[in-house]
Formats: sequence, C-alpha cells, structure tokens
Amino acid sequence: MENMPQEQWSTVIRPRSGWFDIDLKELWQYRDLVTMFVKRSFTTLYKQTVLGPAWILINPLITTVIFTVVFGGIAGLAEEGVPSFLFYMAGNAVWSFFSSCITGTANTFVSNAGLFGKVYFPRLTMPISQVLIALVNLGIQMLMFFIFWVWFYFFGQEYGTVSMNIWVLALPAVLLLVMVLGLGVGIIVSSLTTKYRDLAIVVGFGVQLWMYATPVVYSMSEIAANSPRLLTLMRLNPMTEPVLVFRYALLGCGEISPLWLLYSAVFSLVMLAVGVVLFSRVEKTFMDTV
Amino acid sequence: MTMQTQPAREPVIQITGLKKQYRLGQIGGGTLTADLQSWWARVRGKEDPNLPIGTDTRLFGQTFMALNGIDLTVYKGEALGIIGRNGAGKSTLLKILSRITAPSAGEIKFNGRISSMLEVGTGFNGEMTGRENIYMNGSILGMTKAEVDAKLDQIIEFSECGEFIDTPVKRYSSGMFVKLAFAVAAHLDSEIMVMDEVLAVGDMKFQQKCLGKMSDVAGQEGRTVLYVSHNMSTIRQLCTRCIVLDKGRVIFDGNVEDAIAIYMETTDVNVVHYDLESIGRMTSSAGKRLRVLSLDFEGKESSVFAAGEPLTVRIRWRAGQTFDSVNMKLNIHYRDSSPVGITHPVSLGAAEAGKVYTTTFTFDTSILSEGQYFFYLDVFERELAGAICLDKPNQEFAFEITNTDRTLPEWSAGWGHIHFAPVQVIETEESNG
Repeated sequence: MENMPQEQWSTVIRPRSGWFDIDLKELWQYRDLVTMFVKRSFTTLYKQTVLGPAWILINPLITTVIFTVVFGGIAGLAEEGVPSFLFYMAGNAVWSFFSSCITGTANTFVSNAGLFGKVYFPRLTMPISQVLIALVNLGIQMLMFFIFWVWFYFFGQEYGTVSMNIWVLALPAVLLLVMVLGLGVGIIVSSLTTKYRDLAIVVGFGVQLWMYATPVVYSMSEIAANSPRLLTLMRLNPMTEPVLVFRYALLGCGEISPLWLLYSAVFSLVMLAVGVVLFSRVEKTFMDTV
Repeated sequence: MTMQTQPAREPVIQITGLKKQYRLGQIGGGTLTADLQSWWARVRGKEDPNLPIGTDTRLFGQTFMALNGIDLTVYKGEALGIIGRNGAGKSTLLKILSRITAPSAGEIKFNGRISSMLEVGTGFNGEMTGRENIYMNGSILGMTKAEVDAKLDQIIEFSECGEFIDTPVKRYSSGMFVKLAFAVAAHLDSEIMVMDEVLAVGDMKFQQKCLGKMSDVAGQEGRTVLYVSHNMSTIRQLCTRCIVLDKGRVIFDGNVEDAIAIYMETTDVNVVHYDLESIGRMTSSAGKRLRVLSLDFEGKESSVFAAGEPLTVRIRWRAGQTFDSVNMKLNIHYRDSSPVGITHPVSLGAAEAGKVYTTTFTFDTSILSEGQYFFYLDVFERELAGAICLDKPNQEFAFEITNTDRTLPEWSAGWGHIHFAPVQVIETEESNG
C-alpha cells in the first residue's frame, strides 16, 4: 500500500486556504441546478395566487403609475420632452432589477442554512440563480415596456417624443454591468450576514436609500439645473450611469458619458471580485458559525 | 473478508491527519454591536458582557477537537460502517466528507463524486409535484438533468408513488414523502455514497427494500458506501468493514463483529462521578441560562445495579436567572444507543439567579431488563409540551442492570429492554368447549 503509484485524485478537501477558492469548473457542472432553482422560484412563487404570474407585471405597472403621478406630475422631476410614464417605467425596470439582485442574494447563507447544512453543492449557484430570476423578471417587464413604447411612438406624440438609438446595442452589456454590481454587493452582504445579522435588516432599507441617490425618480437635468455641485457626486454612484444610458438608448433623453460608464464597469468588477473572495472564505465554514 | 481476497484494492478515499477544531466560548456575537462591546470590554480588561452566564473565562477561547487526527483509506466497493458514541466525531467526519464544512487540518483525497444523504428530501418543496421534486432533489444531490431523465422511471417505480407523481408533495403522506426522497438518493450515480441513518425511513417493508438497494449499491455495482448508524443490525447487514470512533480518533478498524464488540465496551460503568461544567452541550443554547455542574451515582463504587435496586443520583446545578419551575427528565438508551424511553418529567422546584442547587433523585430500575444502559440528562423550562431546553450535557451516564430475579428465564435479546409488570388477570372462566 505504501508503494502505491502516484494516485490521481479527482478532488482534495483541505482546510480553508487562499484568497480565491472558487471552483469554476465545478460550478459549470452544476448548471442544471441553477436552472432548477430558477424554475422552482417561478413554479412556486405564484402558486395559490389568483392573478399568478400577472404579478410580475402588476408590480412595476403600479410603481410606474405612482412615480409618474407623484414625482413626474406633482413634483415635476421627470425629463422634459419624453413621456414621463416611459421615463419612469425604464428607470424603475433597471432599478428593480438591480435591487432584486441584491436583496435576492443578500440572504443566501442565512435563509438556506438548513439546506446548506445537509448537502454540498457549489454555494454560488444560489446567488447566481437569484440574479437569473431577476433577469427573467426584467425581460418580462421589458416586453411590457416595448408595448407601451410602441404606443407612445405612434399615438402618444402629445406626451413627448421617443426615439431609440445605436446605444440600444450596448444595453446587454449595461445590464450585465448592473447584474455584476448587484451580485457583487449581494454576496458581500450575504457573506457578512453569516456573522452580523444587522446587515440583513440594513440591506432592504439601504437599497431604498440608494435608489434616491440614483436618478430613478428624477432626471439629471433637474440636478444640473438646481444643484450642479451634486453632479459629480451623483456620478460617483456606480448605478447612475447605467440608468442614464438605459434611458438614453431607449428614449433618447438626457446625456451620457462613456467614461463614467467605464468607471461603473470597473467599480462593479471590483465589487464582484471582493464579493467572490469573501464568499469563498465564508462558504466553507459558515455552518460552524451560522 | 471478501474484499481482501481481491487482487488489487483500489483506494477511493484517502484521509490523512484529519482534524477539526471547534472553539469553545466563541459562539459569535451575531450582531456587530455585540462584537464591538465584547472587544471594548476586553480592551479595558473588564468582563465581557456577552459571555454566556457562568462561562469559565479560563475556558473561553479554549479549543475542542471534534476530530483529532483521522487516518483512513477506503477502498473501492467497500461498505464501511462508522460507529461511535455521541460526540465521538462521526457527524463531524461526515460533514467534512460531504463538504458541508472544512477541516482545520489534514486532507481528504477522493476519486469520483461523493453524494451525501445526511437527510432525505433535502430541498423538497411542498408546492412542487413529485416529478418536479425528483428533478430538484436530483440536481441538488449533483445529478445533471440528463441523468435524472435517464433514471426517472426507475426512481418513480422504486418510490411506489407512481400514481401521485404529478401531485404536489405537500399532499403526500409522510411515508410517501420519504419513499420518494429515498428513491432519488438511492439512484444517484455517484461513486461514493455517505449515509447517516437514512435507512430508518418508511414502513418495515420499505426499510428492507432500502437496505437491499443499499447492499446492491455497495456490492454489485462496485460503488463505495460510508454508513453511520447507531443501529448495529443494519451495520451487520450492510457493512463489510467497520471503524469505531472515540473522542475524535479511530480506535478500531476492521471486522464488523469485532468493531461492534469494541463499541459496546466503550460504555463505562466504572465512572460514578461526572464533572459537567466544561463539557459540551447538545445544543448551542443549552447550558447558558442554567448549567448542570456535576452528576454522581450516590453511594456506589460502580454504576452496576441489581434489578429493582434504586438508582440514586445527585446533581448539582447553577441557575443563571430566576425560574418558576425547573423540570428534568432522563432519556434512557440501551448501550447500542437505541432509545429505551424517557422518564416522566419532574419539577426540581423554583430557582433563583446565581444560586447553586443540589438535587438528589432516585430512578426505579425494576422495569429494565438486564444489560448496559445509559441516560442523558435533559433539564428544561415549562412542561414537556412547549418545553424550552435549559441544559443537556453531551454526556452519556452509563449504568448496568444485572438480573437477580430468579423467577424469570434468562433474558432473550429479542424481547426488548422493558420488563413490564405482569398483566392483571381479571378472570379465568372454565367452559366445556
């Protein structure tokens, strides 16, 4: 036995070590599990509800109407020249995608402790599936958005003009950026909540505050007109530029800056890297502390 | 052993110097403010306000080795039984093998996939149908969709749930639920299966079917099974080799019968005094608000009792707060860890914060057949229904009952462990018939 030829072992379990300890190949092997998590979320979420999947559309629709009435109509914060309904629907779609990326992943460890304590699978499949769930929701919302867009384009000229431009082609990349940022922030929070439960409470509230620091319910031209000193500060928020680009591409309103978009991209990648490092450190032993 | 006659034994798992350390005391504040408070108190040299009441600060930060250097090689096709007392490290070993937690030192190398069945039905969702859950559970256990597709019919057939397969599992009876869950796990394609007493599912007939399936998996299909159980008869039925764990080490490795014999001997009847202040607790919340400090078998040099001899025990305990009523029961087990029964809860009276109490009680052993037993001490608040555990030391208190009752024939193992009072004959009538 001692003279056994050098064995080829497929897996080695060692004490927690290193900074980047995520097995991407293994993650890929579990891709069917990610699909299952996404499917499960949709098959179970709307069971025993009257309106069922229609809720995916009702939620953003009501939010958009309220934003349009309160922030657009009463406060007058929407961009001039475009239908404020579309202005808010676009902003809300991106933002709710981002916020559900964060809130969906932030509780990964704590809410799945029971499952994680019984069986091993790459833990990252959970946050990834949460992000994909958010992406599917966004896709459905965007379909609704385009129906409204077409209506406003042909029949709604009195509310303002809408025009798409070449930046539409950049939208997948912009959404990827938002996804990376949401996933990054979400897994940072989820890693820290294994030890500090406070963060779970802060996150819902924090995301809401973050929305007000992002031009979702108001336009940048409004900021430029009233408090121009805030402009740079606003752009330091990595979500600002993606929201602006999103609206610019679909509605042709506002101004965008590719440089700041690059900043957002770099920022998001850094957050994701930090998140993955933290996550990989926590995932192996969190069962001992949770 | 049959395995040893084979020419080449191919190792599939190699464990070297495996250790797992848990830190006593550091249970983790849980909130950021509590951690900052503790840190500030330590900086000023004051007492930490977040330590559990009565924690000995000398113990704080001390470590406990759940596994203390395990070396083990498991060969292809083996069915390895893992036995040991509670706290011997079995669960920790399984958790590390199934990668639920990481070791503190040492390493495990293995070939192929390890599937762990520490619980059946992991990830089952009541809203989803049986079929959907098969896919869900299968993928959680590491199967791809194609693999589940290929085995779907076999799984459904094995589960005996065919006609309900498209019904949400929340409508299933608990028996059907575990059958379906076991069926998925039993059809995993992984080379190594880790099982923790999951065979105790379903009715007797299904249990036998499960056991048969497990033997097939281990024997004919050339896969490797690691099986942890307290049930010696399933160990006998299933395993080709067995290890005994004690205090985080392997104390025996080899033949199943010898292993069981050694496991039985780890019951210690010569101990009559147990110091419980610093030993582990069954749950993380136990022993904080109230702590049992010691337990003695009163007036004995060994805890061997003649049938009918009262078992007198004295416990010392400290209340960390005021309680209206502290209740206690004993959970009695046979030496192979199979449960025998519990005593009816009894109140130890009210308790005041900070005081130490000594309680002496007796237990009537006349109902127990001869043999070796142990009990766990369970102290709790309120009545049994809605009881909140106060303390449950992770310590088996062993005792032995010797038969002195000459009116009975020699006790047969198949009779169980309880010697009931005779039935009350109401009447015997004579008739011509």
